[in-house]
Amino acid sequence: MKYVLLLIPCICALAAPYYNVIEPRAFGFPFFYWFNLALIPVSMAFIYVAGKVGGDQ
Amino acid sequence: MNVVATSVFIFFFLLVTVLGFWASRWKAGDLNSLHQWGLGGRQFGPWVTWFLIGGDLYTAYTVIAVPGLVYALGAYGFFAVPYTVLMYPLAFLLMPRFWNVCAKHGYVTAGDFVLGRFGSKWLELAVSVTGILATMPYIALQLLGMEIVIRGLGFQGEGLMAHVPLTIAFVILALYTYSAGLRAPAVIAFVKDIMVYVFVIAAVVYIPYQLGGFGSMFDGAGKVFEGMVAAGAAANPPKVVSAGLTLTQSQIWPFLTLAVGSTLALFMYPHSLTGVLSANGPKTIRFNMTMLPLYSLILGLIALFGLMGRAAGLDLKNTGDVVPQLFLKFFPDWFVGFSFAAIAIAALVPAAMMSIGAANTFTRNIWRPFVNAQMTDKQESDMAKLISLVVKVGALLIIVGVQTQFALNFQLLGGIIMLQIFPALCFGLFTRKVHGQPLLIGWAVGMVLSLVLIWISRTPAGAIVPMWSSPLGIGLYIGVVTVAANALVSYVLSLVMPNVGTDETMATDYLDAKL
Repeated sequence: MKYVLLLIPCICALAAPYYNVIEPRAFGFPFFYWFNLALIPVSMAFIYVAGKVGGDQ
Repeated sequence: MNVVATSVFIFFFLLVTVLGFWASRWKAGDLNSLHQWGLGGRQFGPWVTWFLIGGDLYTAYTVIAVPGLVYALGAYGFFAVPYTVLMYPLAFLLMPRFWNVCAKHGYVTAGDFVLGRFGSKWLELAVSVTGILATMPYIALQLLGMEIVIRGLGFQGEGLMAHVPLTIAFVILALYTYSAGLRAPAVIAFVKDIMVYVFVIAAVVYIPYQLGGFGSMFDGAGKVFEGMVAAGAAANPPKVVSAGLTLTQSQIWPFLTLAVGSTLALFMYPHSLTGVLSANGPKTIRFNMTMLPLYSLILGLIALFGLMGRAAGLDLKNTGDVVPQLFLKFFPDWFVGFSFAAIAIAALVPAAMMSIGAANTFTRNIWRPFVNAQMTDKQESDMAKLISLVVKVGALLIIVGVQTQFALNFQLLGGIIMLQIFPALCFGLFTRKVHGQPLLIGWAVGMVLSLVLIWISRTPAGAIVPMWSSPLGIGLYIGVVTVAANALVSYVLSLVMPNVGTDETMATDYLDAKL
């Protein structure tokens, strides 16, 4: 479970062929840019939960 | 020279100088032991570690080079964001285990770990030499970042005179690193990070506002890139320009493999491991691998400066000048001085950490095993202090005496060879199936293959291009190709070769100690 949680943000980061587009925009940011930036806090959440689930090992 | 900006710059520089010298008294310990001088006594809690590793990984060179690349190519330069997203899940798995085994056996460097884990002096040497070679140009590039902002202040000089401010800054850095060791960058990192956060957030709000909002900033930059592509196509002979708000088809594989390769390499650098080992425990490290991505958010915003430079119509020959020029164009002098000081101080923290990491490595893994096996703690820390000076002087000479292009080439090469120790560390931490001799052979295969691919991919002018046009018709980051070969060779040979090394670690050494 821990590994799956850590893998999800990585797969998103590697999905360049899918996020390499301009639309839809958010706050003027093309999709390529806001998706990447938004992925950072999302990855933090996944790592946090992975730590909770995985305990200290 | 810009008097107001320079005065503010000097004020902040003096402030951190005082802090750097004061640092030797902070959380006092006996600085005559390498454990204290070179690791700060393994006592830094979650927040000190956060500032320290953050200051260590997100360097002045990053602040200059990432926007420079975005300014030059657009979306491609944004590889830094997926790179840093990939980095922390991986480090979250590796680094607590690394800390545990190192604390248990008193290891200070990756070389110490490799010797203990695989019992191979030659693998230890290979890992250590790789780390030092990759670190040298990295320090030089921190100096380059500092020099770019000093030039932005309007300091002009001829010949060697042009390097006087940089030399002064560096002598100061060398002196307080010598006296305080790792405590110096730990203290300075606080000031540096707060300053960087302030200037980045101010700039990311104010400059796009001046350019008519984020939407028109992106559109403006996009138009400039389209113009560049059209101009390339219309030129005689036609030139393919790959730049734009999104990646071209041919850029996707280089973008992804560069992100992956950079991820695998980053925590292999001696200065990264030094930062990790100075933490007070595995819980602190897990906390940091969760919280450090906040710096990546700042890095992502810094990358946007490259697009702002395009939208603001800056036309620069040297893409590295985009951040200083953008600030000079939009901000009052005092804020320019503040921002430039933040960048210069951002060079000091990693430069100090890198020289300490390289010095620890040289002392423990080259001098002790091969020259003097009977060193006392005092001799060991004296040697490391001396080497930290030598390493810094070497970096300064690269910048002053040799062409910048050499430092850049050397740095690209450094990133690729740094990857070659990843199999030894990763297999070492997670499996007993792979052993020392096969890893040494795998390392050699990776190094030779890297040099061959770099040689056949170079430009006609001799510049290093870290991408290899593979027979599959796609461009791949050379480091990823060669580390894959390295890992495969190591694994397969481990199946057929006998294990001749002794392993002094036990499976429980890698797990958190039970209190």
